[in-house]
Order: sequence, then structure tokens, then C-alpha cells
Amino acid sequence: MSGPGRTRGSSTRYTQMTKEERRASLRLLGSLLKPYKWQLVGLSTIVVLAQLASVASPAIIAWGIDNGIPALLEGNATPAVAASVAHIAAALVGGGLMYVFIRWNMTIGQHMLFGLRKRLFLHSQRLDMKFHETYASGRTVARQTSDMDALANLLNSGLDIMVGSVLQMVFTMVLIVTMDVPSGVVMAGLLIPATMLTIWFQKRSSVIYRQIQTNSARLISHFVETVSGIRAVKSYRRQRANGERYEQLAEDHRQSSLRSIQLFGIYQPTLRWLSTITIAAVLTVGGFRVLGDELQVGVLVALVLYARRFFQPIDEIANFYNTFQSAVAALEKISGLMAEESSVTDPEDPVELADVQGEIVFDDVSFRYDDELPLALHPTSLHVPAGQTVAIVGSTGAGKSTIAKLMARFYDVTDGSITLDGVNLKDLDMETLTDHIVMVTQESYLFSGSVANNIALGNPEASREEIEAAAAIIGADTFIQRLPQ
Amino acid sequence: MIAAMARLWRIIAPIRTRLYLGLLVTIGASVVGLMIPQVLEVLVNNLNSSPTAATVWIAGGVVVALGLVEAVLLWLRRVFAIGPSTNTEREMRVRFYNWILDMPVAFHNDWGSGQLLSRAQQDVTQIRRWIAFGMIMMVSSAATVLVGIYMMSRSSILLAGIFLVVVPPIIWLTYRFQREFSILTRRSQDLNGEISTTVEQSVQGIRVLKAFGRSKQALEKFQITAGALRDNEVRKATTTARFDMFMMALPETVLGISLLVGLFQVNSGGMNVGQLASFFATATLVVGPTRMLGMLFGQAVNATTALERYFEVMDSENTIVSPDHPVAIDFANATGELVMEDVRFRFPDAAQDQPDMFQGVDLHIRPGETMALVGVTGNGKSTLLQLVPRIFDITGGRIIIDGVSVHDMDLDDLRRLTAFAFEDTTLFSSSVRDNVLLGVDPELPDAVQKEIAWEALHAADADFVVDLIHGIETRIGEEGFSLSGGQRQRIALARAIAARPSLLLLDDPLSALDTKTEERVIDQLKMVLDNTTTFIIAHRSSTVSLADRVALLDHGKITAVGTHQELLRSSPRYRYIMATNTAGSHEVNL
Ligand SMILES: Nc1ncnc2c1ncn2[C@@H]1O[C@H](COP(=O)(O)OP(=O)(O)OP(=O)(O)O)[C@@H](O)[C@H]1O
Ligand SMILES: Nc1ncnc2c1ncn2[C@@H]1O[C@H](COP(=O)(O)OP(=O)(O)OP(=O)(O)O)[C@@H](O)[C@H]1O
Ligand SMILES: [Mg+2]
Ligand SMILES: [Mg+2]
Repeated sequence: MSGPGRTRGSSTRYTQMTKEERRASLRLLGSLLKPYKWQLVGLSTIVVLAQLASVASPAIIAWGIDNGIPALLEGNATPAVAASVAHIAAALVGGGLMYVFIRWNMTIGQHMLFGLRKRLFLHSQRLDMKFHETYASGRTVARQTSDMDALANLLNSGLDIMVGSVLQMVFTMVLIVTMDVPSGVVMAGLLIPATMLTIWFQKRSSVIYRQIQTNSARLISHFVETVSGIRAVKSYRRQRANGERYEQLAEDHRQSSLRSIQLFGIYQPTLRWLSTITIAAVLTVGGFRVLGDELQVGVLVALVLYARRFFQPIDEIANFYNTFQSAVAALEKISGLMAEESSVTDPEDPVELADVQGEIVFDDVSFRYDDELPLALHPTSLHVPAGQTVAIVGSTGAGKSTIAKLMARFYDVTDGSITLDGVNLKDLDMETLTDHIVMVTQESYLFSGSVANNIALGNPEASREEIEAAAAIIGADTFIQRLPQ
Repeated sequence: MIAAMARLWRIIAPIRTRLYLGLLVTIGASVVGLMIPQVLEVLVNNLNSSPTAATVWIAGGVVVALGLVEAVLLWLRRVFAIGPSTNTEREMRVRFYNWILDMPVAFHNDWGSGQLLSRAQQDVTQIRRWIAFGMIMMVSSAATVLVGIYMMSRSSILLAGIFLVVVPPIIWLTYRFQREFSILTRRSQDLNGEISTTVEQSVQGIRVLKAFGRSKQALEKFQITAGALRDNEVRKATTTARFDMFMMALPETVLGISLLVGLFQVNSGGMNVGQLASFFATATLVVGPTRMLGMLFGQAVNATTALERYFEVMDSENTIVSPDHPVAIDFANATGELVMEDVRFRFPDAAQDQPDMFQGVDLHIRPGETMALVGVTGNGKSTLLQLVPRIFDITGGRIIIDGVSVHDMDLDDLRRLTAFAFEDTTLFSSSVRDNVLLGVDPELPDAVQKEIAWEALHAADADFVVDLIHGIETRIGEEGFSLSGGQRQRIALARAIAARPSLLLLDDPLSALDTKTEERVIDQLKMVLDNTTTFIIAHRSSTVSLADRVALLDHGKITAVGTHQELLRSSPRYRYIMATNTAGSHEVNL
């Protein structure tokens, strides 16, 4: 397919990311979300309530200590019981809402993803051959696999954790401030180094993460190449040399993952220490305020419990940022592919062909593959009466294959017209066309599946007898019968 | 499980000390972490009885110090345990790779590259995680939970007892979740793999799909898999949701009960407010490790599976190995004379009722001779050729090169004597030069290597290499230049010639060439083959013309040997095969 001197994926036409494409990707996102508008509103309400329930615990404990104990001393158990019941209720309600949120959120996300997958698949099938020749097949595949995975990742590990984490931090902050303003100020102050640390970590880790990706891709492709070429490896005695190469690659891979582990090894304990410092700060500030009778002991306990939780979500948010970035990049690329338009399109009012005879007429047809390229087919007129077998002969590169491809409408003619039984091919539905014109290509691409499935590709309703008859015509019957099944 | 873990235990022998140290500091970190609530207790009690500014300062200072110690210990855990474990990971991987490269081709046909890859990558990584993280955290989490419960019991035995009630269910639920989740994850991975295959085929086979108008059917098939993936993901989410629900509701409910009990206890003088506060602070710290324990039990099961998958490959028996006492080969005087005596062969996976593929092949190729092998398609020509360098092993008879049975030779020597150009040309992602020089001694001086490469390329009529962007240094293969089938074939042919073997094995090396190019290659080849013993599979009479003599393979035996003319005269079967092969070689080119 690609001749010598043509590197794969050389076209730059499809790689540029413009502002317009960014807008296109937002539009795509909008069109994906739109059907779920009201569900998303419901979802947001639930997640807010769930997080409120989950951060309530220390506040309830504080209230219990400060109000329950004095009341108990006076023989009144109501506040103590109320605190306990409130705590349990918050736990149950929070848990239940969490369940609903995660499940619902994921169901919506997965249905969205499924819809997008389907659209993308159909779209790439509809695009014309000109597109498929310029856009490297690997990239079309990547749009539908690894980019889809990036979106799926966002749904899987990202969204619910992220929304939960952010809300949790916000609610905690609000609660702390309402309970005691100075403690709130202290915690907010410590949020600054924690944020800086996290940004530093995030930047470093995304660089290292890319290194790991590159190194592991190298490791894997070397492995696959050697194993699939094992006979050549053996007969040219490459085991030793390849072993050394693989060891080198494995070492590179180890180095980069070690770097990532080391980085995390600095980040995580430091963050942990910051959170302990926060506890100490709250303890000290709160302690003095208790001394000055400005704060109750129970509240101090609650503040300490909050301080412990406060920084927990921050590294999840950092992780989320990576996931989010790759998902955005993926969405942009996907919308780029969705924006491609096929130049070979179905007509507005297709002509029905009832009884096809098979008469083909080329009327002064000329064709070029691209505007800059010379004519691949010079003006040609040709009349093939119905039922005739015509062989086209010519030297290499004369345009024989091109004629066949034009007939199958892989491309539209540049000038002139092609008619089937007097109807212009452009006025026929693609489906009608492929029902009547079938082309055997030079590439013998076999799909995984049974031999019969491959033979029946053109006509999935073919019976066993028809398949066997087709095999017999091309003399493939004897070797197929000898295959295990 | 025990057996696999015991083997792992032996593998990690060299790093065990480091792992012990890692374990020690991890437990240390947890204990230090658990001290912080104690400080809270002291401070709260102090504030309630005899508050002074000094206690507040001291409490704050002690917490900062404890936090620092904890952080350093956490850092040390990584230093001790993770560095060495990545070494183990790399070694396991490299050992695996070297092992499978030595395994016979039949083994590779059975396993497939995907299976082997997932073992070398995912499974080995999982094992490393278990070594560096799982084993240590398992012990240290258990220790944390125990110490934590002990600390709580110092506040109040009753409260600690209440907390203890939720520990087993949390462990159990987490374990169940982890198992269920990893099974669902594997299923998702499989489905993702299926989707990739469908997508790849739909893009690479787009011409065929378009030509037959089959995009709709392809979409339907794709939709089924994508739908299954969606449903599986929703199931995964449900599992996660249920788990998260329990993990939130269970401990917090128990804490709610503890609150009531604790308040009454404080009231009755059973404990003080500081102890109640430290109970809650400790409980928050212990819930994490409790969940961790459950998760680690699940991870232990996964790691065992990974280990078993790894060892499954490492334990398979290698059937094609060098003999213990190989015969020394005199390369300088090797002629490549090949004798096959009563050679028998069947594929191990052949059906019971099928006869042997070769039922006593006898053949003699004289030194320097070029012998063509002819037969109907699929009757075993390629297989016969591969028996010589022991790509597959014969099941009976003998194959002898220069008087020595191939089974008495060192495998490396045998494969130095022979060079093979395969029917499906495998080139590697590297420069043209590296590909051509694959079988050439890398110790040779650069200039000599270069000369060998060019000579071979010329002999295979692959001079087109000059015109590639970087000439002979142009990278080809997966990420490099794409070459046409005929160009690839000629480079593979050059590679076999460059190895300068005593016996050249060529499997239909001209099949992808058009007649004009074929003529040129034949002219060049004739000069090279003149003094190299060559065994060449031929379909077309043009290829046969390269040979001094022709052997006809039919129904598992060599039924006739002679020159092309002789066979045309004497063998009707040969006439028939040459006629059909030549007729069938007009490929429809679209
Ligand atoms: N996808 C394409 N993009 C650009 N040019 C093309 C493309 N396919 C073919 N061409 C050019 O169009 C011309 C006609 O090609 P075509 O494949 O029809 O030749 P052909 O007659 O079938 O030759 P052959 O006998 O070698 O198969 C050639 O110059 C070729 O390089
Ligand atoms: N690894 C294998 N396991 C089982 N059967 C195999 C294996 N490889 C090949 N065969 C079978 O052995 C038979 C001979 O295959 P082989 O490739 O040797 O034929 P060939 O004569 O070279 O055919 P061709 O002329 O088409 O190249 C075929 O029927 C094939 O299906
Ligand atoms: Mg052509
Ligand atoms: Mg063959």
C-alpha cells in the first residue's frame, strides 16, 4: 500500500491542533452530555449531600462532648443520644448516597462512552479511501482505542474521586471556619506549602510518567518483535545479543520507574508531615484558645480530627490532574477525527435499482488522487455491456487498479461520469452500490474468525453449500478440508 | 499458593535483609503515628484540669517531632524495600526473556506472543508490587491494627471491644471486593483487547470492508463487544459502590455507638475526655490499615496467580537443546553436504488419525550443489527445510551435515553452518545494515562488515537500498520506512547470503518479485550459489532454473530426484505440478 520512500504517518494535515478544534472538542463534549442534563443535576445534588454527611462526623463528636457530658451530669441523656443517633444517621445516609452516586455516575459515563465509541467507529468506516490513505491507520486505531481508554480512565478513577475530594476539602474548610476562625486561618495557611509541594510533584511526575511510558513501550515492542520473529532470531543465533539488548531496555525501564517511586517517596512523607504539622498547629492555637476560654475542648478534638483528614484528598487531586489532562488531549484528538468529512457521500435522493443488468459506461472519465498529483487516469471512455467479462491490460502504474477503485466508488471521479445501467454511481446509495459491485483487492486481508466467515464476508447470509461452492471455484476447497475444522 | 510463595521466597533471598529493614521502619512509622493521639489525650486532660501555656507548647512541639520521625521512616521504607525490589523485577523479566528465546519454535506457536508478553510485563510487575509493598504492608498493617487496638483499650476496654467487632467484617469485605474487582478488571482487559482487534481489523481491512459494503456488519460486531465492556464496567462500578457504602457506613456507625458509650463512661468516671478524644483519633488512624489488610489478602491471591503464570512458562521443558558433548565443527573445511536418512516428522498437535507428515525422507545434496525442492502447496516443503537447523525436531531418522548428525552439534554451531531465508520475511526494527548483518560476526572490522553487507545486497539485487533516505543506515520495520513485499524479500535474501553459511536454506525467496526483477536476481544469485551448497524451495520453473538438481516431495517422501529436464521427461507428477504452479502464479493484481 505505501510505496518505498513513504514513511508512515507522514501527513501533518491532520495533526495540527487549532483553537477551532478545541472548540470542536467542547462541542463534542456538550453533545455527549446534553441527553443527560437533568440526570447530571440530580447527580450533583446527591454528591453534595453525600459529602456533607461524610464530613459531619467530627463536628457531631465535638457537639456530643461539649453538650452531652454537661447534660449527662445533670441527668439528661437526650443530647448524648441525639449526637450518637445523628452520627449513625450521617453514616448510613452518607453510605447510601455514596452508593447511588458512584453507580449512577458510572452508568451515565459508560453509556456516554459507548455512544461515542459507536459514533467514532461508524464515522471512521464512512470516511473515504483518500482519508484512510493519508491518515496513518495506526492513528485511526489509536483514536478508537488508547484515546478512548484515556476517557474511560477519567470516568473510572477520576470523576467521582475528584468531585468527592474537592467537595470534601471545601466542606471541611467551611466547617473549620465556622467552628473556629483562627484555626481555619492556620489550616488555610498550611494549604499553601501543601499546594506548592503538590504542584512540584505533579510537574515532575508527569515528566517521569512520560519517560516510563516511552521506556515500557520500547521494552514491549522489542519483546513482541523478537518473539514474533523467533525463527529468524534462532537461525541467526541472536539469542545472546537480543538478551543483552532486552536487559538494557529493562534496566532503562527500571531506572525510570525507580525515579518515579523515589519522587513519590519524597512527596508522600512530606505531605504526611505537613498534615502532622497542621495537627500540631491546630493543637497549639486551639490549646491557647481553650486556655483563654474562647474555645471548648470538644471543638478542639474535632479540629484535630479534621486536620488529620484535611490533606488526604490532595494527592488524589494531583493524580486526577494527570488523568484529566490526558483525557482532554484524547477528546481533542477524537473530535479532530470526528470533524473529518468524507468526500464520497450518499446522495440526497438515491435512485432505486430494481433489476440490475450490469452495464457499465465510463464517459470521458479522468481522475487524480490529489489536487497536486498528476492525472492517474487520463480521460477514458469505456463501455462494458451487461454480462461481459473484460480484462484490463496495461503496464505498471497505467491506472488499471484505479479504474476498478473508481467503479467501487472508493473515490469520486475528477471529471466525466461512470454509470451502472445508465444511472450515475453518485446517485446510488452506497449500500445499493456494494450490493451490485464487488471488488477483489490486491491485499488479501483476512479477518480473524473461521475460514467460512472470511469467505462469506461479502454475503453474511450465505449457506454452508454456497460457501463451499465459492471455495471450489478458486480451488481453495482441498486445503481447507485438510484444516483441523 | 504456599508453593509459589515459597519459590518467591527463594528468589528474593539476596534482598531479604533490606526487606526486613523495610518492614522494621514501616512498623516504626505506624507506631510513631499512633503516638500522636496520645499527645492529644494528655493535652485535653491537662486543659481540663491544670492548664498551663507550657503544656500547649510542648504538645505542639512533640507532635511536630513525631511527625518528622514518621515522615523519615516512611521515606526509609522506600529506600530499603523498593530499590532492590525493582532489581528483582528486572532480573525476573530478563530471565524470562532469555528462557523463552531458548525455547523451541513449537513452544512459541503454542503460547503466542500475547500470552508471553502479558506474563513478562503485567505479571512480573504484579510480583514486584507484592515484594516491595504487599509483603511488608501485610505485616505492618497487622501490627498497626494490633497496636492501635491496644492503645484504644488503654482509653477504654469496652470501646476497644466495640471497635474490634468491625475489624473482621472490614477485612472480609475488602478482601471480597478486591477479588471481585480484579476478576472484573481482567474481564475488562480482555474485552478491551477484543475491541482493539476489531478496530484494527476494521481500519486495516477497510478496503475489503468497503469493497464488500460490510461496514454495517462490522459495526454490529463491534457494538456487541463494546456493549459487553460497558456492562462489565457498570458491574465494576456497582461493586465499587457497594464496597464504598459499607466502608463508609460500617466504621462510622460503630463510632456513633462508641460516642454514646464513651459519653456515658466519661459521665460515670470510667474514662476522661482526653481518653475519649484519643480513642476517636486512634480509631481514624486504624480504619485505614484494617482496610489495607483486606486488600492485601486479595493482592496475595493475585500475586500467587501471577507467580504461577510466571513459573508455568519457566517450568516448561525445552526439547531442543544442544547435546552435552557436542562434536567440534571444522568451519574452515565445512562443505555443507546434506544427507537426510529416513527422516520422519509429525507436528505434536497433529490429529491422531493423520499419518506422519514425512514418512522416511531420503535425500543427498552434494557439496556445492544447488538442490530445488518442489511439491504441491501445503505438503510440507517449508517444514522439511526447517528440520535442518532444528527449528523443529525430527521424530525419526537422521539429518547429517558434513558427516555429523545435527543432533550431535552445538545449536549455535549448527546455525552458523546454515542460514535461512524464510517464506514470511521477518525484518527487525533497525537499520538495513543491521538486518543484513544479523548472522555476521560483530567482532569483524567495520569496513569488512560493510563490504559483506554491500556484496550480499548486490547479490540479492537489493541495490535500491542506496536510494533510501539514509542509504544502508535507513531504519526499517515497525516504526521506520515501509518497504514493499519484494524489497523486504530481497533484504531477507541478502541477510542469508551475508551470513556466508556452508549450507544455504532458501524458502521460495523470489515469490514476491515480478518476472523482470526475478530474472536479475537469478543472474546474480547463480554466481553466489555456484560454490555454496543450497537447498531452495521453488514454485515456479524460473526459480527451479537456479538449481543443479530438483527433488520432488510428494505424500511425505522424496519420490524423484534429477535435473529439471530429466524430471520433466520421466515424472508425470512433476510435469503436472510445474504446469499448475506456473499457471497459478498469475496473480490478480488490483
Ligand atoms: N492512493 C494513491 N495515491 C496517490 N497516487 C496513487 C495512489 N494509488 C495509485 N496511485 C498512482 O496512480 C497511478 C495509477 O496506479 P494504479 O494502481 O491504477 O496502476 P496499475 O495500472 O494498477 O499498476 P500495476 O500494474 O502496477 O498494478 C500510479 O502512478 C500510482 O502511483
Ligand atoms: N506449527 C504447525 N503445527 C501444525 N501444523 C502445521 C504447522 N505448521 C504448518 N503446519 C501444517 O503443515 C502442512 C505443511 O506446511 P508447510 O508450510 O511446510 O507447507 P509448504 O509445502 O511449505 O506449503 P507452501 O508451498 O504453501 O509454502 C500444512 O498443512 C500446514 O497447515
Ligand atoms: Mg494495480
Ligand atoms: Mg512453504
